[in-house]
Amino acid sequence: MKTTRTAAGFLLLVILLVLSGILNLISGSSSLTVPDVLAVLTGSNTDPAAGAIVLQIRLPRLIAAFLLGGALSVSGFLLQCFFGNPIAGPFVLGISSGAKLTVALTLVLCLRQGIVLGSWMLVAASFAGALLSMGWVLLFSGKVRSMALLIVSGVMLGYICSAITELVVTFADESNIVNLHNWSQGSFSGTSWQDIRIMTAIVTASLILTAFLAKPLGAYQLGEAYAENSGVNLRRFRAAVILLSSLLSACVTAFAGPVSFVGVAVPHLMKSLFGTAKPLIILPASFLGGGVFCLACDLLARIVFAPTELSISTVTAIFGAPVVIWILVRRQTRKEAA
Amino acid sequence: MMQLVARSLAAGYRRHLVCDGISFTVEPGKILTLIGPNGAGKSTILKTIAAQLPPLGGTVLLGDRVLHEMPEPAVARELSLFLTTRLHTELMTCRDVVESGRYPYTGRLGILSAHDHEVVEEAMALTHVTDLARQDFTCISDGQRQRVMLARAIAQEPSVLVLDEPTSYLDIRHKLELLTLIKQLVRERRTAVILSLHELELAERISDRLLCIRDGRIDRTGTPEEIFAGGYIASLYGMTQGSFNALYGVPELSPPAGLPEIFVLGGGGSGIPVYRRLQREGRPFAAGILPENDLDYPVARALAAQVISVPAFSTVDGAAVEKALAVMQQCSEVIVCCKAYGTVNAACKRLIEAAEQGGKLC
Repeated sequence: MKTTRTAAGFLLLVILLVLSGILNLISGSSSLTVPDVLAVLTGSNTDPAAGAIVLQIRLPRLIAAFLLGGALSVSGFLLQCFFGNPIAGPFVLGISSGAKLTVALTLVLCLRQGIVLGSWMLVAASFAGALLSMGWVLLFSGKVRSMALLIVSGVMLGYICSAITELVVTFADESNIVNLHNWSQGSFSGTSWQDIRIMTAIVTASLILTAFLAKPLGAYQLGEAYAENSGVNLRRFRAAVILLSSLLSACVTAFAGPVSFVGVAVPHLMKSLFGTAKPLIILPASFLGGGVFCLACDLLARIVFAPTELSISTVTAIFGAPVVIWILVRRQTRKEAA
Repeated sequence: MMQLVARSLAAGYRRHLVCDGISFTVEPGKILTLIGPNGAGKSTILKTIAAQLPPLGGTVLLGDRVLHEMPEPAVARELSLFLTTRLHTELMTCRDVVESGRYPYTGRLGILSAHDHEVVEEAMALTHVTDLARQDFTCISDGQRQRVMLARAIAQEPSVLVLDEPTSYLDIRHKLELLTLIKQLVRERRTAVILSLHELELAERISDRLLCIRDGRIDRTGTPEEIFAGGYIASLYGMTQGSFNALYGVPELSPPAGLPEIFVLGGGGSGIPVYRRLQREGRPFAAGILPENDLDYPVARALAAQVISVPAFSTVDGAAVEKALAVMQQCSEVIVCCKAYGTVNAACKRLIEAAEQGGKLC
């Protein structure tokens, strides 16, 4: 029964992925038909405009939304296991905002000096910011045991970082403002194939390493003492979780800016869908689910008020935040029932 | 099966030394129990020998290897830990929890083999939690949860099982069930067990050896018979209120202060409930006339202001009766609870007559 549910869950995710992928390719300011898109993808296309739209704009954007959404959800799941806190996530804990701040600072400083930054540099800056925020959160979590306080500290950190980022953006050179402003609100637009190569490399490598964390994560769900008694080297495990979750969310921030609530909402939706919290199932499910979630949200961001585009965080917040509220309410009622 | 040996172990947290000079052996098929007052260092010792804390001095040997130098998975296959801290799991069934005991045996991705599943089923059958397998771990009772956690520990197939106050939060029935299971494990699988307990009467019953920890040192070690002899328990715990009845394994509160107001004529166990009631009501009383091997005697000694007794297996004689009459004079009430009068206590009937004449009988 369990295996059928798992299989059905993954099947559903794949179907949703294909569906939202197709919708993302065909809809937009110039609508295409499925045969049009197929023609482009198979190379039998004769319309250069359609080819450019699909290959240079929509396809890279689709891949970015999928990979980054998946990365964000996996990062969120890692953080939830690590802090034993169901509403932990890169955005809620201020890690995304920390990454955003360092990227904005690096961008503005380098642009002023006339240096053009490669994507790798942005990822590195973002990773540094993510680790700094993570350090703060860890320090704080050592001092307070309450999960609510931890989240509050993360949210506050997020606000501080966002405020400084706004300051930096405001005083940046005019020519850069438009781009920077868009990015600091969160968006998958303007992704190049070069970006795709880099994010694919980072996300794939991180995911392979994360797969090996599935086992210790499972042991860790019973708490530190039992994890250690199950043979987990806690120090190495902690370092791995911190580095991987930071790297994954840093990668997202470097390419798409801050994307809110995906990291909290998607792993939780997946746990409900699969009826388990086993990392071996939830890790891949979160990746797929996060990808689908961001594809769908990006589609809405593009088409609802077209030609005006919404920031991706606006849409993910609308669908993600209620999930967080639902988690909290359900936990409370469960606690009262017990 | 391996044994675990602690050699002049010093345990604590980084700079804070909690206990020192701890040496003991946990043998296969034996139960070693740590007793002692709160804060004496029992948990710290258990955490250290379970490789959760590095030792501050001395060594712990698991078989012939130094425990803290062994790789984590190797320790996990030999030593299992059972804690009382409540777990907050999410969407984990009881089977998931038990299966986590197999982690040290699984490969890189932690997928269980057919053999692993067999061991899990066996462990759940042993602790009678097979019916709970599909239930959520957070939705079962404390007693069931402890049994599931024990199944987890058993599924780990350890040589040494370390349990930190396994009976906390459990009612008397579940305490007995849990300890019976541990006994069974020790007998059938020759597991070496070390645990800490606060319930002295249970410690006395299940342990092969006791280790008494006080102020971070081993105060005494021995068989339950040795440890529970004399007034040692009261001194181990530094008891200033009440006493511990080692024979019955029960604690008694302090006797009410003052001169006896009531005379209780007990014997054969009939006096105990009355003594306890008077103690609760805070009324000092005298108890008599009890042979020193009477069931009532130890409790009377603990609770009465004065006890009139005769040597064990002796008949109540005239001298004792005179003494009892003198005490009764000072009391305003007499309670007769003894119903059986044989050759030994026939003389007590004189006391009843005297009480009746004085109008003190109630």
